[in-house]
Amino acid sequence: MDYLRYLRIDKLPHIWCEGCGNGIVLKSLLRVIDELKLDPDKTVIVSGIGCSSRTPGYMDFNTLHTTHGRAIAYATGIKLAKPELEVIVITGDGDATAIGGNHFIHAARRNINITVLIYNNYIYGMTGGQVSPTTPLFKYTTTTPYGNPEQPFDISKLAKAAGASFVARTTVYHFQKMDTYIKKAILKKGFSVVEIITPCPTAFGRKNKEDRGIDMLKKQREIAVPIEKAKSLSSDELKDKIIIGIFQDIEKEEYTDLYKRIREEIKNNNKVRL
Amino acid sequence: MPSKTMMIHGNTACAEAAIMAGCRFFAGYPITPSSEIAEYLAYKLPLLDGIFIQMEDEIASICAVIGASIAGLKAMTATSGPGFSLMQENIGFACIAEIPCVIVDVQRGGPSTGLPTLPSQQDVMQSRWGTHGEHPIIVLTPSSASETFHLTIKAFNLSEKFRVPVILLTDEITAHLTEKVTIPDKDQIKIINRKKPAVPPEKYIPYQIDDTYIPAMANFGDGYRYHITGLVRDEQGFPTNDPEIIEKQLIRLNQKLEKYRNEIIEYDTQFTEDFEKLVICYGSPYRAAKNAVTRARDKGIKVGLIKLKTLWPFPGEEIKPYTAKAKKIIIPEMNLGQVAYLIKSEVCDDDKIIKINKINGEPITPEEIYKTLIWSD
Repeated sequence: MDYLRYLRIDKLPHIWCEGCGNGIVLKSLLRVIDELKLDPDKTVIVSGIGCSSRTPGYMDFNTLHTTHGRAIAYATGIKLAKPELEVIVITGDGDATAIGGNHFIHAARRNINITVLIYNNYIYGMTGGQVSPTTPLFKYTTTTPYGNPEQPFDISKLAKAAGASFVARTTVYHFQKMDTYIKKAILKKGFSVVEIITPCPTAFGRKNKEDRGIDMLKKQREIAVPIEKAKSLSSDELKDKIIIGIFQDIEKEEYTDLYKRIREEIKNNNKVRL
Repeated sequence: MPSKTMMIHGNTACAEAAIMAGCRFFAGYPITPSSEIAEYLAYKLPLLDGIFIQMEDEIASICAVIGASIAGLKAMTATSGPGFSLMQENIGFACIAEIPCVIVDVQRGGPSTGLPTLPSQQDVMQSRWGTHGEHPIIVLTPSSASETFHLTIKAFNLSEKFRVPVILLTDEITAHLTEKVTIPDKDQIKIINRKKPAVPPEKYIPYQIDDTYIPAMANFGDGYRYHITGLVRDEQGFPTNDPEIIEKQLIRLNQKLEKYRNEIIEYDTQFTEDFEKLVICYGSPYRAAKNAVTRARDKGIKVGLIKLKTLWPFPGEEIKPYTAKAKKIIIPEMNLGQVAYLIKSEVCDDDKIIKINKINGEPITPEEIYKTLIWSD
């Protein structure tokens, strides 16, 4: 397919480091957009702050680069104002689950029809490699020089528990799965999350002796366990593994539909209580 | 439909005016003394095909408001001091990205949780400088329910015309006193909508600098695909580090309102045919000031009265002819002298100014102003 058709070519080359997985996600998203024949005029890409959040700048759509952690809150306003728009949020692990954690869980609770792609590289990349809510225990970062003492979030479990309609996790190595999950997420009417494990050799790798992107990809292949297989494994066997697959795929009334339905009911039935 | 007279309080007047101005999106988080605005709009907006949403916090509220505005709806939030503080970073986003929106701050006493149910005017400086960086902003402040109605309409109009967030700075007294408000007929109200691009999408330059200083705004979904960011950007809307472009864009941004001062600045003068002393006030203390000035004039004391309705841009130049004539300037405020500070630094000499300040949660009384008028020489 012709990726350039969807890119702002004059904005390239991109700012991402060698070995970063962000470009792999961008291509996957463009493949899905092409396959689903989404109208670029009716598609909105919203991001927060960080490496992942520079993605919309390269995409020839309606693109919005907001403040740190707030992409989902901005997207909620857009989607409510014009539910006919396809709204896709691109965010990182720090952006979505630290500073933006509250917006993330409440958007999932409301089940608003937004697709959220979370690039999880276990670190704050753009600000220079500080600890994030998903940094594994004992890993080194610029703000955990003695190893990370904090228990990490499991983003997919968090999204599922908060009420998202669709939740899946993949790695950038498993790019075909990534295409499938992003496609399902966009097609799902409701709040959808695709957590994408992506390498950051510059910030995470350098501190943890994994400083080549290609090695980090190979490791993704080694440690990824499909969710079906994981069910039969013990917690010891799953230690240091990444469970990939679909965590949640349910039907549940979507928020903008629900709001519209209530609006129509009160107008038709005079169901107004003063 | 002719105009109608209603007995309502300032918060209801604000919500009614927002609807008449075309507001169809409200996102907010409950906080005293602003909550009636949200409650009223939660009831009204769905009946008008509008949207009301109670977000998870004030930060989310202002973000959703900006998002809705980008998608083309006139959008508003309402809050009080602590919530207003939380919104500041994203108000800055609306300033730099030039997204119209209205933020109502019904002031209560501060700092921090402060005095949740008591009046104050302590957010004057926050309304101007709460967010970081240098940026344009408009702040309007009403002194009655009627004025709240009028200035809410104006807030939407200015916001849409100049692509700038407009703060409506009210206070607990103005918000909660029930009084007579004449709601004009729709035809009697001038409504301004944002300028849309007059060129086809391929020719659209989102932040093009022209004589008006106000670029046309395309709504997302209308076929004009472009980029909006909180980073300093070039004409096309993309981040830049080029010092020349940065300067050009930021200078335009910071000067765009100066060109239009006459449309923005509003103030009333009373008893200014002859005066030796001058009271300058704004917001609910105007009520006490009016009473005190009238009584003083009955006693033969020559006092004039100015009521500011626009606080930012600060109408220093506009009031200078009056302050120059005055021997004494009395400034009652429910803070420690935020507007007095501006008048001192921008308008006139220190020794003329007499401040009347109160931050104990009680309103300034007519008696307190009257006494000052009698004894100040």
